[in-house]
Amino acid sequence: MIQPAQYLALSAMLFAVGAAGVLLRRNALVVFMSIELMLNAVNLSFVTFSKMHGGLDGQVIAFFVMVVAAAEVVVGLAIIVQLFRFARGASVDDRRSLRG
Amino acid sequence: MEQWVFWPVAVLALSSALVVVVTPNAVHSALALVANLFSVAVFYVLLDAHFLAAAQVMVYAGAIMVLFLFVVMLLGVDRQEDLKESIPAQRVLGFLSVIGLGGLTVFTLRSAFDQVTFAGLEQANAGGNVEAVGRTLFEGYLWPFEITSILLLIAAISAMVIGRRRPSRELTEEDAAA
Repeated sequence: MIQPAQYLALSAMLFAVGAAGVLLRRNALVVFMSIELMLNAVNLSFVTFSKMHGGLDGQVIAFFVMVVAAAEVVVGLAIIVQLFRFARGASVDDRRSLRG
Repeated sequence: MEQWVFWPVAVLALSSALVVVVTPNAVHSALALVANLFSVAVFYVLLDAHFLAAAQVMVYAGAIMVLFLFVVMLLGVDRQEDLKESIPAQRVLGFLSVIGLGGLTVFTLRSAFDQVTFAGLEQANAGGNVEAVGRTLFEGYLWPFEITSILLLIAAISAMVIGRRRPSRELTEEDAAA
């Protein structure tokens, strides 16, 4: 029988892998995918807590996270497309226009 | 029964997440992310979250990944990343901090929830998971739900405003005025 600790440990590992992608990669699209990985890891622990406590509120919160992630992807990809159009590249290290 | 599903899918989820991070090709990253999202959907089924499992496959693996692949193909990002570090020792420090983060969270969660067992959702899911989630959503979370619809509208409009091509006529007029 799988216990909550296993699910939570797996979710923590997925989150760490996503954080590694954000810290180590330069390509803005891959950084974005890593953010999705992290959001999914957190959703997995919300659903685990929902079953652990026997209530459905965790699943509702995970649903809201999913909706906000969809909105975030739409706006973020629009920004990345514009970056490509004006700056010819998706490396996050080259984007310093907002630096004061 | 449950562990026969859990461990293979856990290996699949972790390895596909690693592929997302390490592969140099953005298209391969996107495909590995699809595999990861599907395996998380399998965990949702194991955790009696049937509605979320269906929503995960439709929203993430369906809509969001199509959007990602569309942008990857549109921009043609299959060139190599340059390996020059703009912050000294960024890779080593990032790797070490991620190892620390993962190790600490796994250790803390395992020790904190060592003896905890599932209360189970049999009672909450008695009339079906979709009905139960819908009842919880519309009884306890009606106001956040309505605000979420406004958020989606704002996101759609803002993506159109950000993504539109500015007509070059405006630019030349501004240039002439400047």
